[in-house]
Amino acid sequence: MKVRFFASVRERLGTAECDFTHETPPADLDALRAVLAARGEGFAEVLAQPNLICAVNQQVVHGNSALGPDDEVAFFPPVTGG
Amino acid sequence: MERFCRVQRADFDPAALEVALLAGAGPGETAGAVATFTGLVRRAAGDGAFTGLTLEHYPGMTERAIGEILDEAAARWSLLALGVVHRIGELAPGARIVWVGAAAAHRGDAFAACEFTMDYLKTRAPFWKKEHWGPEARWVEARSDDRHRAARWQGEAGTTTASTEE
Repeated sequence: MKVRFFASVRERLGTAECDFTHETPPADLDALRAVLAARGEGFAEVLAQPNLICAVNQQVVHGNSALGPDDEVAFFPPVTGG
Repeated sequence: MERFCRVQRADFDPAALEVALLAGAGPGETAGAVATFTGLVRRAAGDGAFTGLTLEHYPGMTERAIGEILDEAAARWSLLALGVVHRIGELAPGARIVWVGAAAAHRGDAFAACEFTMDYLKTRAPFWKKEHWGPEARWVEARSDDRHRAARWQGEAGTTTASTEE
């Protein structure tokens, strides 16, 4: 499982991605959030942002969602393109 | 319907894109209207220190999200061709950022599809702007006005005129 971060979230965390190739990947988004939040203050703060957007396999999801070992999860702020 | 989506660092030529859009609209001169939109890097009035933008995106998801917007536009309006070009990377004040073009038999479909595509692009495609003032930089915040503009299109599928209610 690969987890990617973009824009202000990426800068706040100081990393563009992390993976779970050497440990058991979380079974769902809630579990992933808990694992990431435990990694440090920056992660906990980012994951608590009310407007944080989450995508699984490049589709925006709301709430919890089951995850598989090959899924790609991304966290990012509201989009500002165009 | 012919469609294209390009995400690129390079600048683009709106006139050449319009020609390409019409070529994609097919033979027989059935296109009666082309509506195009070009978005630019805007300098706020009096902000002489503004030096430009950096545009970041989510490769892969960007193309997928734009593809879904084009699909929805194609389902809502009678179109011959619809295209999007969006730049990424460093962009100076005045630079072109985004281009949307819609070709149709009639102007109502072309106007509406062009505006719809732009409104949805603003709120659904994973791009992020960072503004620069020399060494100072700040991520642009999402605007509620953009969300309201996109929300106008919900619940009016198949119409050819855009609501002007805010």
